[in-house]
Amino acid sequence: MFDIIRARIKQGYRTMAYPRREPELLDRFRGLPRIDAALCPRGCRECKEGCPFGALLPGDRGARIDLGRCIFCGECARACPKGAIVFTQEYRLASTGRESLVTAGMVPKVKALDQRMQSIFGRSLRLREVSAGGCNACEADVNVLSTLAYDMGRFGIQFVASPRHADGLLVTGPVTKNMRLALQKTYDAVPGPKIVIASGACAIAGGPYAGHSEASDGVTSLLPVDLFIPGCPPHPMTTLDGMLRLLARLDEKAR
Amino acid sequence: MSAPLTLHNGEVAAEDEIPLLSAIDFRDAVTGAVASGRRICSLFCTPADEGRLRLVAVIGDDAAGHLSLVAMTVEKSYPSLTPDCPQAHLFEREIAEQWGVIPLGHPCLKPVRYSAAELPAVGDFFRVEGDEVHEVAVGPVHAGVIEPGHFRFQCHGEDVMHLEIALGFQHRGVERALIRGPNPRSAHYMETLAGDTTAGHSFAYFRTVESLAEIEVPIRAQVIRGIALELERMANHAGDLGALAGDVGFLPTASYCGRIRGDILNLTALLCGSRFGRGLLRLGGVHFDLDDERAKQLVQRLAKTMEDLESAVELLWKSPSVLARFEETGEISPETCDALGLVGPAARACGAERDVRHDYPYGIYRFFNIPVSSWNSGDVFARAFVRWLEIKRSAEFIQEQAQALTGGSICADERPLQPDSLVVSLVEGWRGEICHVAFTDEQGRFSTYKVVDPSFHNWAGLAMSLRGGQISDFPLCNKSFNLSYCGHDL
Repeated sequence: MFDIIRARIKQGYRTMAYPRREPELLDRFRGLPRIDAALCPRGCRECKEGCPFGALLPGDRGARIDLGRCIFCGECARACPKGAIVFTQEYRLASTGRESLVTAGMVPKVKALDQRMQSIFGRSLRLREVSAGGCNACEADVNVLSTLAYDMGRFGIQFVASPRHADGLLVTGPVTKNMRLALQKTYDAVPGPKIVIASGACAIAGGPYAGHSEASDGVTSLLPVDLFIPGCPPHPMTTLDGMLRLLARLDEKAR
Repeated sequence: MSAPLTLHNGEVAAEDEIPLLSAIDFRDAVTGAVASGRRICSLFCTPADEGRLRLVAVIGDDAAGHLSLVAMTVEKSYPSLTPDCPQAHLFEREIAEQWGVIPLGHPCLKPVRYSAAELPAVGDFFRVEGDEVHEVAVGPVHAGVIEPGHFRFQCHGEDVMHLEIALGFQHRGVERALIRGPNPRSAHYMETLAGDTTAGHSFAYFRTVESLAEIEVPIRAQVIRGIALELERMANHAGDLGALAGDVGFLPTASYCGRIRGDILNLTALLCGSRFGRGLLRLGGVHFDLDDERAKQLVQRLAKTMEDLESAVELLWKSPSVLARFEETGEISPETCDALGLVGPAARACGAERDVRHDYPYGIYRFFNIPVSSWNSGDVFARAFVRWLEIKRSAEFIQEQAQALTGGSICADERPLQPDSLVVSLVEGWRGEICHVAFTDEQGRFSTYKVVDPSFHNWAGLAMSLRGGQISDFPLCNKSFNLSYCGHDL
């Protein structure tokens, strides 16, 4: 007993100050890529060719990147002869619209839930996680949100065991053929109104498995998606920020 | 009978050096080797001439530190090895599923990941009959934030008589997609074979390609790879110790370790920007250097993290309520461990001194030995305690390596792969032995790429640990193995 108390004192208080203070991210963290279109030579396709997953979209007015396909490997930045692509420290990547994930460096938009949904979910959101072909990295960094460092419960967001007790699903993985039925059944078991969050490159567009016949290129092949969270895997801060903005729990003006 | 092809870990041979044996000699070679204490590292088919197939066995001789390979030609069927050699059971099911070759006499020939018409876990399960016998089915969607799999228990009251595990829900076609590589996607498949083992699998992959291309990785890059692999081991082991504490309702350690695991992941992010080591390894070396300032930071932060971890984990070994739940739960005998060919901490918890870093040293482990951590009780306690011993030894290794970095380049130049060759690459991931086998065609592209995640060996161990136990002990036993679904399903 004495040892337990001593350890408790030693461990101290470790929940992060976010959202009062911005989180500290490490210098090599690859967040939102920013493309300086002015540096893009006409007709240059080096970044597109350097990207293994077709996330780079060169155009007449410079290249753009599809954050839904991007796995943040940085190959495009290495391939660009002009150094026009820089991965910034910006962790706010989530979006309510698939199309706003195509960007040259703008922070994607999250449209908050409407008033009625906010009144239902705003202070209490229970999610059922479904891993549908993920590599367990997304799952691992979702689990991190429930640790005392992030303590997502303080925002009223929790993961629950049964879809019957949930307000929505957070889905990871490209939705393998072998998981389609289980995902559909889990979705059906969630009482409405409900939301679906597609977390990670796989869940948004298939990730590294895009185009594989064994998988389905993401959640939208089966279910309507309310929030997309890019990353491979998404940083826990990206996920938390996305969910809080969806619930209108962050004071955007104060930031 | 011609002698098997003997190779060291990562040594390249010409494809035609593997002796082709008759069915009887092949069988004797494999079962004889296993009976004398060696292990099946991999067993798989590759396409051979005239539409036939070649069945290849990779046998590990842990004591001698080398691998031996034998092969035989198969068409539609061959006599199953499993009745004499249980280690082969899942490999033979996989071969039947992938190639339609029937191992005659296999006692349990079921799909591993898919079947043409049905979903995983749809079909017959082994059933125990009796008035008071009941069946419990769990999954694929579980209560926690974990991967999908199906567990079918045959119970008498609370007692589990048999557990059958049906997987395949995570199957996404990785091995198929690797054929004709390497290409720009290949490395990313490796990083996501099992996302919590990014360093382990990409290490095994790049060593495979580097061996085939005769690329000499600079020593500085070898050190950085070793640090990444040990950080991965520490983070996962720390997380597991916390989760084990959580499963027995001991919340102090559960809470602290959940956070500390994140701190260790952040050390990997300090190195390469990704908490899971994504993008760190590359062909010929690593993408990110560990400069002096960063090395200093790594050493300081790791020392602080180890202090926190020690205070959190030592509570487990001092709390009678924890020990009462850990000890004698989910026991595996050394005989079962050897019969199933378990690997990694699960095997070392049964007293087996088996560790690829020690037995088949590679990369930086050729120069710096990490002692093997083992315990002999085979229960949940042993699997937890071995993890703690390994964490401490990994931390010492990282401290030592980060403070004694040699100068030089972090990457060697790329070169083409040798044609018509093969290589076996073993790496000790945090769950145990990772085995990658690659064959190249006449143009130096992969004609076969076989991945064996440690979980492939160890799922049967979990099933056996429940036999005769209580169904309520399942979460604890499951966590004490913490196996990969995606690494198994590929």
